[in-house]
Amino acid sequence: MSKFLFGRYLPLDSIVHRLDPRNKLMLSFCYIILVFLANNWLSYVILIAFTLGAIRASTIRLGFFLRGIRPLIWLILFTVDLQLLFSPAGGHVYWHWAFINITQFGVINAGYIFIRFLLIIMMSTLLTLSTQPLDIATGLASLMKPLRWVKVPVDTLAMMLSIALRFVPTLMDEAQKIMNAQRARGVDFGEGGLFKQAKSLLPLMVPLFMSAFNRAEDLSIAMEARGYQDSDHRSQYRILTWQRRDTVTWVLFAVGLALILICRRW
Amino acid sequence: MVVAITFEHVGYTYQADTPLATPALDDVSLTVPDHGYLAVIGHTGSGKSTLIQQLNALLKPTTGQLTVDEFTITPTTTNADLKPLRQHVGMVFQFPESQLFEETIQKDIAFGPQNFGMAETDALALADQMLTQVGLDASYAQRSPFELSGGQMRRVAIAGVLAMHPQVLVLDEPTAGLDPQGRQEMMALFDRLHRERGLTIVLVTHQMEDVAQYAEQVAVMRQGKLVKEGTPQEIFGDPDWLRANQLDVPRAAQFAQDLTAHGVTWPQGLPLTASALADQLAAQWPKGGAAHV
Repeated sequence: MSKFLFGRYLPLDSIVHRLDPRNKLMLSFCYIILVFLANNWLSYVILIAFTLGAIRASTIRLGFFLRGIRPLIWLILFTVDLQLLFSPAGGHVYWHWAFINITQFGVINAGYIFIRFLLIIMMSTLLTLSTQPLDIATGLASLMKPLRWVKVPVDTLAMMLSIALRFVPTLMDEAQKIMNAQRARGVDFGEGGLFKQAKSLLPLMVPLFMSAFNRAEDLSIAMEARGYQDSDHRSQYRILTWQRRDTVTWVLFAVGLALILICRRW
Repeated sequence: MVVAITFEHVGYTYQADTPLATPALDDVSLTVPDHGYLAVIGHTGSGKSTLIQQLNALLKPTTGQLTVDEFTITPTTTNADLKPLRQHVGMVFQFPESQLFEETIQKDIAFGPQNFGMAETDALALADQMLTQVGLDASYAQRSPFELSGGQMRRVAIAGVLAMHPQVLVLDEPTAGLDPQGRQEMMALFDRLHRERGLTIVLVTHQMEDVAQYAEQVAVMRQGKLVKEGTPQEIFGDPDWLRANQLDVPRAAQFAQDLTAHGVTWPQGLPLTASALADQLAAQWPKGGAAHV
């Protein structure tokens, strides 16, 4: 469980940690657009420099990001291989067999895809490592506010999201405890054939669901006891305020955008 | 003295080699004799639970090593052949009722033994036997464990651990959240297992009365270190030290100490349980006379 880095917050005190979560969400989204705008080596070098700079500013060790990539490595390699083997013809053909062509075009595209994956994962890992889940939820809710105009129950959705996030660590602890108890009763998790592995999940999932349902019921009673009402307009304990450092990040972003627009192949 | 459990300079760090590394055990050395009854006391977060999870290698020491009867656990122990150890050391966790999952109580109790290689029919028969041993009626066998009350669920969970026929029984606050009567019955059950079947027991608890009444050896943990170890008499004989370490004193010992302030003396040492207190008081009571206090 502890290897599962995506969604884990590292409590440090850096400028990246202190940025407004709304801003970090928007930046991460726009960064993805930037990644797809890049289409030659020079523009990727610029992006890599920007990403490494952001990581440096967060004071989180690079090793954490590399570990964040590990669980997704098969997905990345699969996509890269597809790109490598089935690219449309273009440039020099290195190898040809039946419908499979390895072309210059394909190799370069595969390389780009690989870098794109890496950059996007690193940036989203940076977002989750440097932002508390609850702040992400608040930020998302705040960004969704305009949807109220089209009758989307934004406040309720935000409440659901923050409750769900709040219970992720609780349920992970719970799962760990139940796994320990079942291990002590002789269960080997993650061993044996596929059928055996699936079967060994039952002693984990049944108690975990039981406990989740019980918790949900207790929580709903506790909320109602404190007068919670659905679809009311809610005030917030933590008010997000836009700081100068948030503006600075957009200046940096604009510089990056300009550089990439200049360098990319049109 | 035949030794059942030996800790040799055991240290354990959670999430070692990350910025989140937290040391939980620091150089703990301790031995428990065969058929012994060890109570581990200490504050929340003092490393009690981490300590007992070493006993069946759910956590492996980061430094040092420990032996449990014929098994040795070192930092390099692999997960490959832990089954005999896990069968040897039965583990009752806090709120063990959360480990129940089967459709019937009988099947749930039989789950452990089957994992350790017992045939299904034997395991089911054993389950019926265990059910009565933990004080539940045999008619419960075919019911769902989720229909039971919390206390009954806990008995079923404990039956599930006992059915594995462990030689060492580790109990992590087994009576937390039970009513006084349930607590007494539960502790009496463990005591019976200890005396009649010769189980070595390791009990983690905050109930000092239980420690005073049942344990033969007490270990006090603080911030991952073993700070004091001895018989209940040695540990509770010094109530001031306990209070300085923010630990409770058994009520009887507390009462006896208050009486000391009024001039009562304890020739056989400070009584720790209500019955010991009553015996010592009765012995010094003036025959047929009025109290002198």
